Amino acid sequence: MSRIKEFNLPDLGEGLTEGEILAWLVKVGDTIELNQPIVEVETAKAAVEIPAKWGGVVTRIFHEAGTVVEVGKPIIAIDTQPGSSEEPPAPASSPAPASAPAPSPAPASASSPAADEAEAGLIGGPAPGGRTAVLVGYGPRTTSATRRPRIGTPVASTTATTPTPPPAAAEVRPAAPVGPAQETVAPVVRTGPVLAKPPVRKLARDLGVDLTTVNGTGPLGSVTRDDVHLAVSSPAREPAPTAASPATAVFDASREQRIPIKGVRKLTAENMVASAFTAPHVTEFLTVDVTRSMKALEKLRKRPEFEGARISPLLLVAKAVLLAVKRHPMVNSSWSGATGEIVVKDYVNLGIAAATERGLIVPNVKDAGRLTLRELAEALNELVRTAKSGKTPPADMSGGTLSITNVGVFGIDTGTPILPPGESAILAFGAIRPTPWVHKGKIRIREVTTLGLSFDHRIIDGELGSRFLRDIGAFLEDPEATLLSWT
Amino acid sequence: MAKGESVAGSDIPAGGFVQLLTPDGERIDTVTTADGTTYSVDFTDEEYRGLYRDLVTVRRLDSEAVALQRQGELGIWASLLGQEAAQVGSGRALRPQDMAFPTYREHGVLYCRGIDPIMPFGLFRGVDQGGWDPNEFKFNTYTIVIGSQTLHATGYAMGVTMDGKTGSADGEAVIAYFGDGATSQGEVNESFVWSGVFNAPIVFFCQNNQYAISEPLERQTRVPLYQRAGGYGFPGIRVDGNDVLATYAVTRAALDNARNGQGPTLIEAYTYRMGAHTSSDDPTRYRNGSEVEAWKAKDPISRLKAFLSKQKIAKKDFFAEVDASAQAQALHLRERVLEMPDPQPVTLFDNVYPNGSPEIDAQRAAFAEYQASFEGSAH
Repeated sequence: MSRIKEFNLPDLGEGLTEGEILAWLVKVGDTIELNQPIVEVETAKAAVEIPAKWGGVVTRIFHEAGTVVEVGKPIIAIDTQPGSSEEPPAPASSPAPASAPAPSPAPASASSPAADEAEAGLIGGPAPGGRTAVLVGYGPRTTSATRRPRIGTPVASTTATTPTPPPAAAEVRPAAPVGPAQETVAPVVRTGPVLAKPPVRKLARDLGVDLTTVNGTGPLGSVTRDDVHLAVSSPAREPAPTAASPATAVFDASREQRIPIKGVRKLTAENMVASAFTAPHVTEFLTVDVTRSMKALEKLRKRPEFEGARISPLLLVAKAVLLAVKRHPMVNSSWSGATGEIVVKDYVNLGIAAATERGLIVPNVKDAGRLTLRELAEALNELVRTAKSGKTPPADMSGGTLSITNVGVFGIDTGTPILPPGESAILAFGAIRPTPWVHKGKIRIREVTTLGLSFDHRIIDGELGSRFLRDIGAFLEDPEATLLSWT
Repeated sequence: MAKGESVAGSDIPAGGFVQLLTPDGERIDTVTTADGTTYSVDFTDEEYRGLYRDLVTVRRLDSEAVALQRQGELGIWASLLGQEAAQVGSGRALRPQDMAFPTYREHGVLYCRGIDPIMPFGLFRGVDQGGWDPNEFKFNTYTIVIGSQTLHATGYAMGVTMDGKTGSADGEAVIAYFGDGATSQGEVNESFVWSGVFNAPIVFFCQNNQYAISEPLERQTRVPLYQRAGGYGFPGIRVDGNDVLATYAVTRAALDNARNGQGPTLIEAYTYRMGAHTSSDDPTRYRNGSEVEAWKAKDPISRLKAFLSKQKIAKKDFFAEVDASAQAQALHLRERVLEMPDPQPVTLFDNVYPNGSPEIDAQRAAFAEYQASFEGSAH
């Protein structure tokens, strides 16, 4: 038994297949105790700290922070008897059998792990991209998927009885990207029974695909849904096509970067799709002269109440939105299809879209309507500062009721924003530019910007949306007079 | 401290609750509720120290289980962190003849029943189905389905009455554990109806830990949970679930009412789940760090420790000895968990019928033969 033990990433939730190393709390050479936190790992369910399974000295860390690791793969090696007289730790060639690629299947042992082989018979089988589809409660087996050989029985088609590797088709591992490689494999014609699950058989029948002509890439060479679809789309299902066409050689994988879809990007995508396909969006635009707003900002900066505060045009836009909501409460609402209700909110949790290194997030200022202008300025600054540092707590990102996206900071005039899920309106605030503008009957150079308002047309009719946008514009054109007349 | 009524203060929920030990470790001698019931405890120094030992031990064993899950040795674990007082207080109030129906989180109650803490680990390690003889331990099997055990408990309690085991000071009582989320389940409300109508000798012990997984209490109810009992025709009372003394006093009184034939009581033990719902959950996604910090100040163990120190009931060496003992028990538990054998495939035929059946026996034999046909098979 080796004194150096490797710790494999366990399934930290029920049925998870992978986890991302967020941060290592120890480094090679550290002496650690049993149950001492060693690493933070984020899974689809939670970010958790893993405590050390053994005390000892860290001899190797297998993956840097930021790496997505499959469940069952080693992440750290620990010398559990440091200082003993055995050979010094040789981390580069770790002797632990579990991690060695070991192509020979080691037949007699029931415990030979084939850690990266998915278990046959999983619901759905391995999904595209190498992930294994999991329904509820049970993950893919990360231990042995190999079976012990039968004693003195004839060769069964689904059971490996000799140490030779299984058929080529079964060797396609979940980690291998599904792609062009498959299309170049010649269709097979087999004689034995075809392995395929009943739904796949039905799919093949519906699409008129003869399963015996399809390359199975699932466990034990079984035919998956993707195989059937591929067989339909593949132009040459009959005899083997010639090698890959010249064009594919030019655009090969070495010139493509593959970025895992995860974290904020994944969440953003899900939110965008959910919103775009549930709430019918309408977008309206209004170009306004904000010269007076800019002057008002200058005056505010000089007032003692605002000493030390950082204030920007966004502050006045936020104020305009909050005041306009008071005049048109219906825009600050959400569609609850489940209960058959429109929920109109008396509070405004004002979301501000922020570009961060991790992607787009929309934290919100809670109950922004109750804040004074100075408090609002500080809350907005704090929100953006926290977002940029990547430390926005989840609570700040939930419960938003209405949002602003400040595309002007990128030098853009306006846009047609997509609603954050659960919100009914979002305002795009464009760049403020000196522009020739008709002012009091004469052409003058004025500070002009364009506002874009997207709203949920299920709740907000064109009239209401237009009035709301018109009021925001009116405020920005003359904040002082508007404030006096509205409040 | 002085005699008090149900306490009400800044950290206390609207409507108050029974509290005998404040978060600062101050003792309140007696509490009299609006209906005139008086609660107090009269423990010896040894008993106070025993409660402290229970609290520390169940917390330490629980943290070892959490670590084992993170290390891949348990499939899942439901931590009791923060709810030790609710479980120890109620668990110690049980008499030997009383029957308990736990959820999957009552590791502290299990411990107080004198059961080997290893018992539920087979379930969470996936090497058995979590079955044990409920009658042997007077402790039903862990119930995963939310709230269903309250119906089992109600039926059991009705049976106790039919057996004539209630109506005396040494009668039998039943306690059913569940959480705040379970109060939204039909089963729990049905069990309230039946227990109320049949005057069953049962205590409904709700650990209100504020969250039904991620759903906060305000989405579960518009009235304090204990007030629901009135609608079913039996008393409800709220107790500071982080106060082991008050929880003990309130549970003991409710159990005594049940064993005397006075029918059910709903106890809402107001507490907080300091950790995740289970090891598959990430509470930072739905609750604020400031909220957790506020509850840390109400920790059940630190308040008892403060009390024991102030009253000179225990000194440093006692606390150190308890910590060391709990640590040793945790490491022993770890070793035993790691040694749990994987079940043999043929054991799936066990426990199908109490006395077996020819059909099952034949299936078992055939399956054993099939298993034995593999090389290197132990069978």
